[in-house]
Amino acid sequence: MVWYTILIQQIINGLALGSVYALIALGYTMVYGIIKLINFAHGEIYMLGAYFGFFALTIFNLPLIPAMLISMLLAAIIGMGIERIAYRPLRNAPRIAALITAIGASLLIQSVAQLTFGASFRPFPQVIPFQRIQVGPIFLTNRQLIMFGVAILLMVLLHLIVHYTKIGKAMRAVSMDKEAALLMGIDVDKVISFTFAVGSALAAAGGILVGMYYNRIDPYMGIMPGLKAFVAAVLGGIGVIPGAVLGGFLMGTAENLVVAFGSSTYRDAVAFAVLILVLLLRPSGLLGKRQNEKV
Amino acid sequence: MAILEVKELHVHYGVIHALKGISFSVQQGEIVTLIGANGAGKTTTLRTISGLNQKTSGSIVFRGQDISRLAPHKIVAQGVGQVPEGRRVFPQLTVEDNLGLGAYLRKNKKEIQRDLNRVFELFPRLKERRRQTAGSLSGGEQQMLAMGRGLMSRPAVLLLDEPSMGLAPMLVREIFSIIQEINEGGTTILLVEQNAHLSLEISSRAYVLETGTVALDGSSKELLQDPRIRQAYLGA
Repeated sequence: MVWYTILIQQIINGLALGSVYALIALGYTMVYGIIKLINFAHGEIYMLGAYFGFFALTIFNLPLIPAMLISMLLAAIIGMGIERIAYRPLRNAPRIAALITAIGASLLIQSVAQLTFGASFRPFPQVIPFQRIQVGPIFLTNRQLIMFGVAILLMVLLHLIVHYTKIGKAMRAVSMDKEAALLMGIDVDKVISFTFAVGSALAAAGGILVGMYYNRIDPYMGIMPGLKAFVAAVLGGIGVIPGAVLGGFLMGTAENLVVAFGSSTYRDAVAFAVLILVLLLRPSGLLGKRQNEKV
Repeated sequence: MAILEVKELHVHYGVIHALKGISFSVQQGEIVTLIGANGAGKTTTLRTISGLNQKTSGSIVFRGQDISRLAPHKIVAQGVGQVPEGRRVFPQLTVEDNLGLGAYLRKNKKEIQRDLNRVFELFPRLKERRRQTAGSLSGGEQQMLAMGRGLMSRPAVLLLDEPSMGLAPMLVREIFSIIQEINEGGTTILLVEQNAHLSLEISSRAYVLETGTVALDGSSKELLQDPRIRQAYLGA
C-alpha cells in the first residue's frame, strides 16, 4: 500500500475509535463544567456499561438496542449514586479532596468488578456478524460504521438536550453561575445528578461499542480509554462540550497514525505526550477560553 | 402584617460577625431600602434572605412562615426573588433563554408568555436583542435583563442588590423609574443601594446599616432631611 492510502485508512480507523473517546470525554467535560471535578471513576462506568451490555445480551438474550438502552440506564443510576454518596458530601470541601475521592471510587469499582465478574476477560457476543466493506483501496468494517454512527447519533441527541430542553438550559446555567442558577429556582443538586446520569449513559454506550469492536471485555478495560478520554477532554478544552468531541476524534486519529507510522508500542504513550504538550502550550485546550491570570 | 420580617438576624463568615442581630420589616406593596457603606452588611442581608448564606441565629419570616432554613430554590418557589449584585446574567445564553430561566419554576406557558411581553414592555431594548447572548449586552442592558429575569418568577417580594452599580447617571434614573413601575404593578421591593439619594426618593421607608447593625430607620422622607444622613450618605 502506498503511504497515503495507509494515511486515509488510519484516519478512518482513528475516527471510529475516536468517536468512542469522544463519548467518554463528554462525560468528563460535562461533570467538570458543572462542579469543577475530574470524575476519575468515569472510565469505570464505561467498563460497567460494557458488562451490563454483556449480561443483557448473553443471560437475557436481548437484542442489541434494548441491551444498550438498559445498560445506559443502569450506568446512569450508578453514576448518580456515585455523585450522591462520594462527591456531594464534599461539594464545599477543597477540590483536592474530591479528586482523591474520585480516584478512590475508581479503584473501588475496579476491585468490586473484579470480584463480581472475575478478573479474566470475557468474549463479547458477536451480535452483528463481521463484514468488511471495500471502498477503492480503503477497508471499512460494519462495526466501525455502527460505532461511528451510534456515537454521532448520541452526540446529536446530547446537543439537542443541552440546547433546547429546560433541564439542558438549566445545566448550562449551573455551569456558568451556580448561585445565579439557584436564584432562578433551579434545584442545582438535581441538575448535577442529571449531568452525571447523562455522562454515565454515554460512557456505557461507549463501553458496549468498544466491547463489540475488540470482541472482549475485562474489569480493567476502563483505565486506558478513561485516561485517553480525559486527555481528549483536556485537549478540546475541559468544560467545553464541542471540545470533548473534537478532542476525542483527534486522540483516536493520533493513536492510529502513531501505530501505523511509528510503532504500536507507543499506542498508549501518544495520549500522555498529547497531555504534556497541551498543558505546556495551551492549557485551556483547543476550544477553551483563555483565562488571564488575575494579578 | 408584614410580608417579610427579619428578626435578630446574625450571620458569620468564619470568625467575622457580619450581621449582628439586625431586624426590619417590609409591608405588602412597599419599597423599602437598606442603605449603608461598603461592608455594612447590605448584600449579606439579601443573600441570607435568599438562602445563599446561612444564618447563625434569628429568623426570616415570609408570609408568616420562617424561610431561613429553606434551600435557595425553595425560597424562590415561595415567592422571594432576587436580582443579585453585579447582574449575574448567564453570558453565553441568549436574552430569551435568560428570561426563560427566570420562569424556571412555572408551568403555565400562556402566563409565562404574558409576563415575557410585560418585561419587553418595561425594557423594549431587550426585545430588540432577544436573540443576542447576554454577554454581548452593555452593562445597562445586562442590568435590565437581570431585573426582567427576576420578574419572570413572579415574585411577591423582589430583592434588588445595587441595581445602579456602574451605570451612567442617565441610565440610573431610568432604572429607578422602572423600579417604581414594577412596584406599582404590585411587586413589593426590598432595595439595597449605595445611591442613597435616589433610593430614599423612591422608597417609603429605609433602614441605615452600619457594620452589621441597624443604626437608624424611619420614613424615607424624614431620613432625606436628617442631618446625620445628609452628612454621611448624601454628601451635603
